[in-house]
Amino acid sequence: MRFYEFESRRIVERAGIPVTKYGFCTSADQARQAAEDIGGPVVIKSQVLTGGRMKAGGVKFADTPDEAAEHAADILELEINGHMPKGVLVDPKAEVAQEYYASVVWDGTRKCPLMLFSDMGGIDIEEVAEKHPDHVGRGHLSNLVDPPDFRAKEVISHTGVTGSALTRATPILARLARLMRDYDMTLAEINPLAQLADGSFVALDAHMEMENEARPRQKALLDDLGIDPTDMRDPYEPSDFERNVKAIDSADHRGVIQGKDHGFSGNLGLVIGAGGGSLTLTDAVRSQGGKPGNYTEIGGNPSVAKACGLAKEVLKKDGVEKIAVMMSIVSNTRVDIVARGVIKACLELGKDPGETIAIFRIPGAWEEEGFKILERYGVESCDRSVSMWEAAGRAVAKIQGAADPDTPGREAEEVAG
Amino acid sequence: MSVLLSEDFTFIVQGITGREAVNLTRECLDYGSKVVGGVTPGRKGRDVHGVPVFDTVEQVVDSLGYVPEGSVVTVPPAFTKDAVLEAIVRGIKLIVIVTERIPRRDVAQMVELANLRGARIIGPNCLGLIVPEVCKMGGIGGPAKDAAKAYTPGSIGVMSRSGGMTTEISSTLTAAGLGQSTAISIGGDAIIGSTYAELMPLFEADEQTQGIVIYTEPGGRMEAQLSEWVAENNSRLPIVAFMAGRFMDDEEMKGMSFGHAGTIVEGKEDTATEKIARLEAAGIPVVERIDEIPDAVKDNLGAKV
Amino acid sequence: MAPPEQGLEAVFIEVEVDDSIANDAELAKKLEEVCPVDIFADEDGHVAIVRSALDECVLCELCLEAAPDGAIRIKTLYDGTELVR
Repeated sequence: MRFYEFESRRIVERAGIPVTKYGFCTSADQARQAAEDIGGPVVIKSQVLTGGRMKAGGVKFADTPDEAAEHAADILELEINGHMPKGVLVDPKAEVAQEYYASVVWDGTRKCPLMLFSDMGGIDIEEVAEKHPDHVGRGHLSNLVDPPDFRAKEVISHTGVTGSALTRATPILARLARLMRDYDMTLAEINPLAQLADGSFVALDAHMEMENEARPRQKALLDDLGIDPTDMRDPYEPSDFERNVKAIDSADHRGVIQGKDHGFSGNLGLVIGAGGGSLTLTDAVRSQGGKPGNYTEIGGNPSVAKACGLAKEVLKKDGVEKIAVMMSIVSNTRVDIVARGVIKACLELGKDPGETIAIFRIPGAWEEEGFKILERYGVESCDRSVSMWEAAGRAVAKIQGAADPDTPGREAEEVAG
Repeated sequence: MSVLLSEDFTFIVQGITGREAVNLTRECLDYGSKVVGGVTPGRKGRDVHGVPVFDTVEQVVDSLGYVPEGSVVTVPPAFTKDAVLEAIVRGIKLIVIVTERIPRRDVAQMVELANLRGARIIGPNCLGLIVPEVCKMGGIGGPAKDAAKAYTPGSIGVMSRSGGMTTEISSTLTAAGLGQSTAISIGGDAIIGSTYAELMPLFEADEQTQGIVIYTEPGGRMEAQLSEWVAENNSRLPIVAFMAGRFMDDEEMKGMSFGHAGTIVEGKEDTATEKIARLEAAGIPVVERIDEIPDAVKDNLGAKV
Repeated sequence: MAPPEQGLEAVFIEVEVDDSIANDAELAKKLEEVCPVDIFADEDGHVAIVRSALDECVLCELCLEAAPDGAIRIKTLYDGTELVR
């Protein structure tokens, strides 16, 4: 989950890293007050969970409290990349002598945290790493001991930094590493970490992301930040479809369903699984000219009610004409239960299962029983001898044939039918 | 010979009285695996399908008179690290972690300790591994008769980030007359115990294995790591890859996450297209359809099949 | 306009309970316990069927095991057969 900048500042502050005398404001008046408290030129920054603030006009400088209030009023109404700000940060405009970069991230290949430090802060670290590798220090950390100061010292020294800059930056990087660990962050970044004219260091910006799986054990931090447990911080607003599917999933512990439709708007609804199977089948449908109306993942052993609920939500989506029910070979999902669920969904919506389910391809546990049910309701089904690709192709052909009355095949069907 | 498992391989199930564990224990026993004990704290004295349950791994070892070679861990995420640490410290060398949603920090600690103690972790968030007709360790393939349908002995090693797709791919190979030496569901999380590259030396050393098939998805750097390994190691094993999730490269899909967890920041993330290019540059063909895998394998194996 | 949704019951499964055991209080309690999908309810010592749960039947036959032979029949409506002991 992502944190707003003002939350990230609070997090690093808690960890003992120096921050500015920033103010988080949700009104122009508060911004005026914050600027007065700071008593000098300030920066007003939109608090949104997306990048590109500068470009969009979400970062403005103000020399007086009145100007600060004016800018704050504007920015509070400014939508950036589809996001409305939660508030604004009012920051003292800093007298920066040098900008550094500090972060701690996970290295999936080495399976441990990686510290990164650069004396070329304020810009894209990936660019620096590419063009000025000598200016980037890196160091991996053991998972089994607390991140020691000396590792931070080494990493910083790799960039050539020495003297008081080294001794001041070392505890900051070490504390960043500890907070990354303690709070289960997937990313803990300070860019820029500024050295001011008086030699002191301060975090001018902070970017934190926490692993979702760790939220249950990070309640104390989230409570301290005032973050509601139901606040998922998704990159986009969930659709009705997505919310409804989530509600169906939560209501019943049997099996797991997930539905997404952001970016999907086709006529072929997908009731598919499991994780890898869903990706493979979505590819297969699209590669063969199909237009999915949604994506889903079915896992575990869902009840008839859950399978039915999911299929109904897919069928109720605007533009969805038929559904394809397909999975990779299943071991602990019961084929007959899923068959009951999707057929029931059709019946409850007053639709003919045979017409509405373009194909049913789920090989595995209780498939013989499943076939009995599918046959009874005239649903076209296939066993494991038909590949996932082919099953997807049949579904696409069926829905295209149905949609296009000029298709030769369709006429023959009508005559024969 | 095969990788990691054998006819005599003994393992326990930690968390054995849980719903999923009870099923998987039945399945493994029916398949002929030697499930020699189980651990659920507080439930000593019970049995699950005839397998004795203990409070601690130590008690299992005392009761058996030897240290079992493996453990399948199905304990909930808040307790998994503790269970795995217990297994490692008590000398168990192969640990399959089925549990999903374990925080990365815990996984990283378990993996590092395992490395220090000469143990190997498969998973987490995986279905285990199987040597057809020899040993099934985990829920992979489901009930014994279903597993027997999909998996058959042969010379292809299979590694997959998706549990279900391990079976789909193996079943496709079986139908084409290409049996499997060992099939491993390596897990779908961001940090896992054993990556493709880390398992390759095991397959390399196994005379029975003549070729490899991998299932992969966008996210993470495992394919890059594998490509590097292949380039550096002059492997005798031809590899064929299948990648799912190519649609995630599309513009409309930006910002969405699908499938398994694995995205980590370390340099720029490869798109599906970049990953495919990287694999193919390393001599690993990437097929577009699962049903193309057998022919690709046969082409690559040439005379050996 | 789309036809109104209706919740359907017993589309796939029907369970018949013989009169002879309908009032067996001990059995009513046992059936409620063993059914993993809550098809059976103990209503004041009478065996009651929760019709909205019928389609969840997993054909485990634990109810058939618990009851006297022939007293309970599970009908799979999609193929016209039934499970009975």
